Amino acid sequence: MSNIQQALQQRILVLDGAMGTMLQQYKFTEDDFRGERFKDYPTPLQGNNDLLSITQPEAIKTIHAKYFEAGADIVETNTFSGTTIAMADYQMEDLVYELNYQSAKIAKEVANEFTSKEPNKPRFVAGSIGPTNRTASMSPDVNDPGYRAVTFDELRIAYKQQVEALMDGGVDLLLVETVFDTLNAKAALFAIEQVKEERNIDIPIMLSGTITDASGRTLSGQTAEAFLISVSHIPLLSIGFNCALGANLLQPHLEAIANKTDFAISAHPNAGLPNAFGEYDESPEEMGEQIEEYLKKNLINIIGGCCGTTPEHIKVIANIAAKYKPREFVISAKAVI
Amino acid sequence: MITETNNQQSTTNNQRKYMRLSGLEPLILNENSNFINVGERTNVAGSRMFLRLIKEEKFDEALAVARHQVDGGAQIIDINMDDGLIDGKESMVRFLNLIASEPDISRVPIMIDSSKWEIIEAGLQVVQGKCVVNSISLKEGEEKFIWEAKQIKRYGAAVVVMAFDEVGQADNYERRLEISKRSYDILVNQVGFPSEDIIFDLNIFPVATGMEEHRRNAIDFIEATRWVRENLPNVSVSGGVSNVSFSFRGNDGVREAMHSVFLYYAIQAGMNMGIVNPALLEVYDNIPKDLLDRVEDVILDRRDDATERLLDFAETVKGSKKEVGVDLSWRENPVQERITHALVKGIDAFIIEDVETARLQAEKPIDVIEGHLMIGMNVVGDLFGAGKMFLPQVVKSARVMKKAVAYLNPFIEAEKGDLQEPVGKILMATVKGDVHDIGKNIVSVVLACNNYEIVDLGVMVPPEKIIETAIRERVDAIGLSGLITPSLDEMVYLAKEMQRNNLEIPLLIGGATTSKAHTAVKIDTQYKNAVIHVNDASRAVTVVGDLLNKKTVNEYVLNLKKDYDEFRTKFLKRGKEKSYISIIEARKRKFKIDWNTTEIVKPKELGIQMLKQLSLKELVPFIDWSPFFRSWDLHGKYPDILTDEVIGEQATIMFNEAQKMIEDIIAKQLLKPRAVFGLFEANTINQDDISIQKKGKEIAVFRTLRQQLSKREGIPNIALADFIAPKETGKTDYMGAFAVAIFGAQELADSYRKKEDDYNAIMAQAIADRFAEALAEYLHKQVRMKHWGYAENEDLTNDDLIKESYKGIRPAPGYPACPDHLEKETIWELLDVEKIIGVILTEGLAMWPAAAVSGYYFANPEAKYFGLGKITDDQVTDYAVRKGITKEKARKWLHPTIADE
Repeated sequence: MSNIQQALQQRILVLDGAMGTMLQQYKFTEDDFRGERFKDYPTPLQGNNDLLSITQPEAIKTIHAKYFEAGADIVETNTFSGTTIAMADYQMEDLVYELNYQSAKIAKEVANEFTSKEPNKPRFVAGSIGPTNRTASMSPDVNDPGYRAVTFDELRIAYKQQVEALMDGGVDLLLVETVFDTLNAKAALFAIEQVKEERNIDIPIMLSGTITDASGRTLSGQTAEAFLISVSHIPLLSIGFNCALGANLLQPHLEAIANKTDFAISAHPNAGLPNAFGEYDESPEEMGEQIEEYLKKNLINIIGGCCGTTPEHIKVIANIAAKYKPREFVISAKAVI
Repeated sequence: MITETNNQQSTTNNQRKYMRLSGLEPLILNENSNFINVGERTNVAGSRMFLRLIKEEKFDEALAVARHQVDGGAQIIDINMDDGLIDGKESMVRFLNLIASEPDISRVPIMIDSSKWEIIEAGLQVVQGKCVVNSISLKEGEEKFIWEAKQIKRYGAAVVVMAFDEVGQADNYERRLEISKRSYDILVNQVGFPSEDIIFDLNIFPVATGMEEHRRNAIDFIEATRWVRENLPNVSVSGGVSNVSFSFRGNDGVREAMHSVFLYYAIQAGMNMGIVNPALLEVYDNIPKDLLDRVEDVILDRRDDATERLLDFAETVKGSKKEVGVDLSWRENPVQERITHALVKGIDAFIIEDVETARLQAEKPIDVIEGHLMIGMNVVGDLFGAGKMFLPQVVKSARVMKKAVAYLNPFIEAEKGDLQEPVGKILMATVKGDVHDIGKNIVSVVLACNNYEIVDLGVMVPPEKIIETAIRERVDAIGLSGLITPSLDEMVYLAKEMQRNNLEIPLLIGGATTSKAHTAVKIDTQYKNAVIHVNDASRAVTVVGDLLNKKTVNEYVLNLKKDYDEFRTKFLKRGKEKSYISIIEARKRKFKIDWNTTEIVKPKELGIQMLKQLSLKELVPFIDWSPFFRSWDLHGKYPDILTDEVIGEQATIMFNEAQKMIEDIIAKQLLKPRAVFGLFEANTINQDDISIQKKGKEIAVFRTLRQQLSKREGIPNIALADFIAPKETGKTDYMGAFAVAIFGAQELADSYRKKEDDYNAIMAQAIADRFAEALAEYLHKQVRMKHWGYAENEDLTNDDLIKESYKGIRPAPGYPACPDHLEKETIWELLDVEKIIGVILTEGLAMWPAAAVSGYYFANPEAKYFGLGKITDDQVTDYAVRKGITKEKARKWLHPTIADE
């Protein structure tokens, strides 16, 4: 049993909050994003947050450290868009390995610092694997509903590259997150299984979907339970939901899967819904109250925050999580190998 | 269909896990599960009609077959493309992709049916839900079997295992047991395949064939099923039921009875799923007693003469040929309800028929689109907004809509009246700095299928490009999308730019971070024409429809603006007011200069002067080139831009051509610079006004505006008046004003245009603009160093000037520190601008010629540029009184800077 599995048996683990929200506060300019190395890069780079692991590593490390200080057990690497598919927007496909490797490495450095200070509370790094900006089971062209902008194999190859780099960089686990098209996630899981087999090692996998709106379905149209079924063929460490909704709106979907799976349950909701100006303004205390509802209902094993959450949110969440017992679950025999 | 009394699977005592499958919705087996009905008609091997449709690429009709199956009760649909005359892999992928966009079909799990692994794998790669693979077997040995099972597991599918091995197909009880046991052990123990995801197909063979060895075909299957369910934990058992009655082809009555009887017993034994044509099933209890007896004799092998007896009896049984129960009761409803139903359900089977009915009833064919169809789409929009429909359904609705519109178009064209009116061109773009485009693509798609032409500029689109394209393509509306927060500002900026370019195209705002409030408060106020927040794709259709409907658009936009105005007022009342302080309070917090110690320099030359003998050549060094390139959409700072990796070459070409034109202009005196300025005694009076005096006598008063935003302690609320010594100090201070212009640009440009040379025409205007700015810069320097002389020893480079490093400021009315254009009138009177240099003010207070700059001079070393920000109503009232104009007029000119609106 890996360290994280042992920890999960003992307590509710806390995942970090938003990276993007924290980076916004730095107000990085185009020049900051470029740094010296990409000063003459032919495409605009502002907004390519993943790149900051290379051009502004201190900022990324500081943010990781703030989340650990706030009480997070797990931080996510700054690699949400770290695939050749997502990086194509910036013509940075060739940089994907380095982006992931570097992001994993600096996150792990920070995690090790904290673990050595407090050995009884080991800190973990989850390699963040985003959905890319294309959907494998939906057509972007209604006149040709049979058309697909990306294939399973293209996704699988891109994900495999990301996974290998993240593992080389030293992540403790992988987090396939913000899944809006289940087929994309299945390609990621397929890639991870390939890497596991080729390297003959195991690595825990967290998987987190996104329910986009009031329909209670993923963007690709699946219900929460259909989504759960579609990805349960791989022994996951945890399954859950993140993003799109605030903690209160996420609860029914967590309930919909919590008693239907033996995997651990994770949630990292947004700090409420964005207000009129695109800001997430649910305070740490408000969000904490909502999350305490989950814990009272014994729904959760891993809890954190997505868009709009800050170390203050995580601090409140960590304090609340410490008061509750984790949801009981079975560690899949195959996940332990 | 299936017998009502007996369709539960038998409960076996060793079942602990149950198969779970998914399409868009889950399909979960449990101890109470009914028999799972697998639809079989989408199988080229089993249906000649389906094969023909696929061969002829009639995919619409092929989809209708699938939909018919699901409507008829199929809980899984089996899809098979194994035929020598079609490309099986391509057809499988195409058909599965099409099914994925039909939520009525894709809600159920898919069974990917092929004997070729490459077709199975291609299918697995395009279905998001948990499928069933049909099938694998030990036919070609363990190695292939294990490899395929492992792949299937990794793709996350369940699997049908045929009772087939290296020796051949299992055709008796023992062989069925032997192969299924061996397959199970390999799958569970070697591959680690979840036992609940294994489905055994134990081979259903025909009975009553007349051959002795076929007599036990049905009963062996049933008994083997019982053994498998009892001895191989968690598995399912399936089979193709129609095989059993193969020898009675052509006699559907007997076949239906045989299927029902077979299922009755097989289900009891544990067969829990199967490929069944629901149209060929009789309810067990409805089978006539005499037929039932004979059929049971055959299925259960109860008599030696069972086959003969059934054959004899079969002659008397007629086929019943029932239609499967698709609920068509909605077809009875009035035409509007039928159209709405078709749109909501995405059914296009009857839409032409219904639209035709509507057309015959309508005054004009166009009314069907604007009436019937729009009413239906509004329902779709409402349901989607309420979360009762989801995206793929909406896209389907849009397609029905498209089909209807396509049908109506020829009629509309034939009318030759307002033909094609509802069809328009929509520009779609994700704003600068944002790469998220899924939402935008969806809206594009939905609009496109409603017959709008989409001009999609993609992601990270700069505002200039949006506006340029909108104008060039004469689009009917612009749709902006953005997901990240900074995109909101980009949208505001674009709205401003649209206004500045005097566009009249409606602006649609969408994307996750956008909201009605932000649109109403920040964007709507920037643009005089329609701005509307569209929060979902289906709404976009009705909104665009309304906006492009010439008959009602005026009223619609009027109401829209009113609605946003009210919304805004309400929204802003929710506590935004507290961030402003009253004008009285703001004045107490004015920018303080210590008038006892500050430096006041008396101008060397008071009064009004005109600059004569101005040489264009002298102005050239003062040109700020960066905006020149910007006007050509080349971004970068001069001179770096000339060596820029991407645009350097183009920038250099432009720059050289500009130099050439400038030489020509100078040589031939094609442009004429003119300037007037005045320097005067001045004192601030009544806090915010500046009294301009000549020998102590007031000759003009400038009215300045004061910042009212609530600020931190110690941060002042500035007005330009703060930079001039108040009357009360007893000190005489000074202030200046100026106006400069470049004449001849229009004539020069026209001369190029006459030669069809638009390029140089624009170049001439751009150069004139640069000269005007250079002249203002030049004049300011002359004033500082010579005419006023407060900075006699200034030694600044052109770069320093661009960076505004000089002492004192020259703010211009209409710009951030003094946004009120009305003050230009005061400057014009004071300097007699029109008479002296011939620059006139238009009704809108723009200067003509256009290449012109006017403003004030402030010399105090503490004077600085600032932005006024928003002001509140009290200052507007105060300003109107001070200026002696009506409040209405003041509001009109100050409108963009007034906070409460």
